[in-house]
Amino acid sequence: MNASRGKSACFALLSAFLLSGCNAVKLGVMNHAGPIAASQWRLYSIVAVVLIFVAGPVLLLTPLIAWHYRLSNKHNAFRPNWGFSWTLEGFIWIPPTAIVIGLAFLVWSYTHALDPYRPLVSAQAPLEVQAVGLDWKWLFIEPDQRFAAVNLLVIPVNRPVHISLTSGTVMQSLLIPQLSGQIYAMAGMTTHLNLAASRPGVYRGENTQFNGAGFQNEKFNVVALPPADYDRWVEQARASGHPLDAAAYPALFRQSSPPQPIVFSSIPQDLFQRILVQSTEPRS
Amino acid sequence: MTEGVWPAVLGRFVWHSLPFVRAWENPTASEIIGAGAASIVIFGAVLVVALITRLGKWRSLWSEWLTSLDHKKIGIMYIVLAFVMLTRALIEAVLMRMQQAAAVGSPGFLAPNHFAQLFSTHGSIMIFFMAMPFLVGLINYVMPLQIGSRDVAFPLLNSISLWLTGGAAGLMMVSLVIGEFSTGGWSGYPPYTELAFSPGVGPDYWIWAVTLGSVGSTLTGINFAVTIYKMRCDGMHLMRMPLFVWTALCTSILMIFAMPPLTVATALLALDRYLGFHFFTNDLGGNMMNYANLFWLFGHPEVYILILPAFGVYSEVVATFSSKELYGYTSLVLATAAIALLSFTVWVHHFFTMGQNANINAAFGIATMAIGVPTGVKIYDWIWTMFRGEVRFSVPMLYSLAFMMTFVLGGLTGIILAIPPLDYLVHNTLFLVAHFHNMLIPGLLYAMLAGYHYWFPKAFGFRLDEKWGRISFGCWVAGFYLAFMPLYVLGAAGMARRTQEVFEPAFRPWLYVAGAGALVLFCALAFLFVQLWVSIRDRDANRVFAGDPWDGRGLEWSISAPPPEYNYAALPRVHGRDPFYEAKRKGNPYPPPASYDDIELPKNSKTGPVIGVVGAATAFGLVWHMWWLAVIGVLAIGATVIARSFARDVRRIIPAAEIERTERRWLRAEAEITPIPRAVETTPANRGLAEVSG
Repeated sequence: MNASRGKSACFALLSAFLLSGCNAVKLGVMNHAGPIAASQWRLYSIVAVVLIFVAGPVLLLTPLIAWHYRLSNKHNAFRPNWGFSWTLEGFIWIPPTAIVIGLAFLVWSYTHALDPYRPLVSAQAPLEVQAVGLDWKWLFIEPDQRFAAVNLLVIPVNRPVHISLTSGTVMQSLLIPQLSGQIYAMAGMTTHLNLAASRPGVYRGENTQFNGAGFQNEKFNVVALPPADYDRWVEQARASGHPLDAAAYPALFRQSSPPQPIVFSSIPQDLFQRILVQSTEPRS
Repeated sequence: MTEGVWPAVLGRFVWHSLPFVRAWENPTASEIIGAGAASIVIFGAVLVVALITRLGKWRSLWSEWLTSLDHKKIGIMYIVLAFVMLTRALIEAVLMRMQQAAAVGSPGFLAPNHFAQLFSTHGSIMIFFMAMPFLVGLINYVMPLQIGSRDVAFPLLNSISLWLTGGAAGLMMVSLVIGEFSTGGWSGYPPYTELAFSPGVGPDYWIWAVTLGSVGSTLTGINFAVTIYKMRCDGMHLMRMPLFVWTALCTSILMIFAMPPLTVATALLALDRYLGFHFFTNDLGGNMMNYANLFWLFGHPEVYILILPAFGVYSEVVATFSSKELYGYTSLVLATAAIALLSFTVWVHHFFTMGQNANINAAFGIATMAIGVPTGVKIYDWIWTMFRGEVRFSVPMLYSLAFMMTFVLGGLTGIILAIPPLDYLVHNTLFLVAHFHNMLIPGLLYAMLAGYHYWFPKAFGFRLDEKWGRISFGCWVAGFYLAFMPLYVLGAAGMARRTQEVFEPAFRPWLYVAGAGALVLFCALAFLFVQLWVSIRDRDANRVFAGDPWDGRGLEWSISAPPPEYNYAALPRVHGRDPFYEAKRKGNPYPPPASYDDIELPKNSKTGPVIGVVGAATAFGLVWHMWWLAVIGVLAIGATVIARSFARDVRRIIPAAEIERTERRWLRAEAEITPIPRAVETTPANRGLAEVSG
């Protein structure tokens, strides 16, 4: 009785363990939520099929041949001085070369199609976002809406988003696995990332480039809202948050990760440009 | 008064620099582990010194090993260094895996800075002070024997390279006891490692350890390349060289061209940190991407520096243990050269995410995939070498088979990473970590262990224990799969590398499996040491003095085990690709020389140890801003080099009579040994003489 209860408890625990393990892949590109990530997943699937033909022969032939030609198997041909065959050379060199040439076309076209700098094709004008990597948080500025938030990026569904990135500190890299790939953010330089969300939801984002003791805390959520909800959210943010004024500004550059996202109801003029210039000035 | 004197003497050293003081003031698990590691280093050093003193071995250690210019002894010392450093870096890996497994939604037991030091030292050590010394040691030991030479071209330079590497490794160990190490990873990317963001001693330890090591490796590359070009015996044409020598040659050329960019990168970073330059700073026109380019201009060829000798080992092992000629020798040579050349054309794939245009990314992505072709060719060449052979599943062969099956998986994920749009997703994640461990553990480490098992009987005259070898092998393979396959999943789910704390409960099961894998890998290393101990204990039962325990094919098996210090009583003359194999079939494998002549060998020299120790002391002075020490060190190195240039009496003669005695003793012993068939080669019946068949 006790033993069987123990066993079923063990089983329950194990299955919970396995289930939570499967949840891990849902956080990645397999569970894509935007056109860029969807294309990346499609490309991955194509490549995965090709790769079966690359690895398959090696994975089959290595154990088969090694076992078949083992010393104790005396029924085999033994040709110790055989070491070359033009036919085999053809089999060894030509198919891999052909596969790489084939993949080269795929790489060329997809690298251009999924260039993070390429604007998404859409009837709507892209939402402009400026992202600043700081120690150990992200500042997201929406200049047209004239507000900003720390560790929170709210975007409307189905509208392209164009993110300009820089860093107010060391190099960082912005990754939102369910929406798109990553791009570096570097002080004094601007990089670009185009993406969109195709369904409402909350998506995990992070910095993947180690930047010090608070690196692991540098995570944020991307919230994709239906357009009407997004507009409402912007109104609310601009009405209820604190302004990013001279008192709040220096705190951004202190090494810290806020436990909760912070929303700023208003921002100074040309905030992004100001940080861009500031980070290349001599440090006193 | 004291304020003026002590800072000048001690530089920036304060009591707080000692991990013991830090642990006393702040007794957290993290600090106590740090102090524990420091005490292990001190305790280990004291133990070694006490043991040598008690055994009265200082004099023989100094005159027979530390000052020796014999390529065989230098090779062995490199490999001992590699094992010591492997032990430390593997323990660090286990600690990191335990931390991540424990830190799902909790801070775990290692503080973020401590964790960052661990991944920085783990990477730096595994590349510069484990992999490099291991392969350089193996080449040092084997290559001159394989080309029928008595030494490398520049024996003194060889000793200096060893000691520079050893001094740098010593600096890594000192950083555990005094101060702290860099938190900037093995690649040390600025601006994080610049003064503005990392003012402490950590990045300086990294800079000087890597600089000493990279200078040593450049010199080694020159030494090996000249040796292979100039010191081959009669008849050893380039296209008759064993494949291991070919890979050694390509690796040496890569070292000559790829190490200097690293030395330049660390030197420029040092100028930034020490003299206020602005090469890679955020401000005043610095640009960190210049560092990234320089670093990977070294870093990508570096991975082929590591993997090519591994391919060489596999070529030797697969042919020997299949009792068969290597399939497609010419293809293998061409593939090796192609890989060496292509390795300089792909460095940008380490930063596809920099924001360059799609043409550049696509071009570098395609170049990267192109390397897959010659690599694939090599794998097939080894498969067809086994074809129509007689395969024996000895330990080196098991490593080779595990390598072929596992390396191909790393190749697949390599192709995924080579495609820029897919790299954007998994760059900087655990997927990348899994990929390069998938290349380096089955690729490099298995090869080094295969080579260690394969050539150990040659170097020490007895075989390694087979049973413990198999157990250890099983752990290296099972541990690898357990530790790194979960990381692919975690990386695909977006888990960033170098993460001290994890906030996703879904990652927990995978981190547990990876943690278990790390423990299995640790057991694998422990069993390797058990094997060494058991083998030394049972050495008399497993002696192979005759020198040919595996029915070998190359020249290195045609002499006694261990070989005499002069290698060959008379320099050999070869007529084909597998000279010793052919000689055995012709019935005259051990021809006594027509006459015995005096042999001239280089005398021992203190120059290497002095330069290594003083180099490390200079680096230590620079790290701690003890300028007096740095100045004295630089002057001392200059003085040593000048003093050495006045030494005239640098050669010693081994008289013909002594050589004759040694050779006759070996040939007499050989005549009494029964040749054995391959089926019993792993039993004590194997005395190092092969029964000739086929």
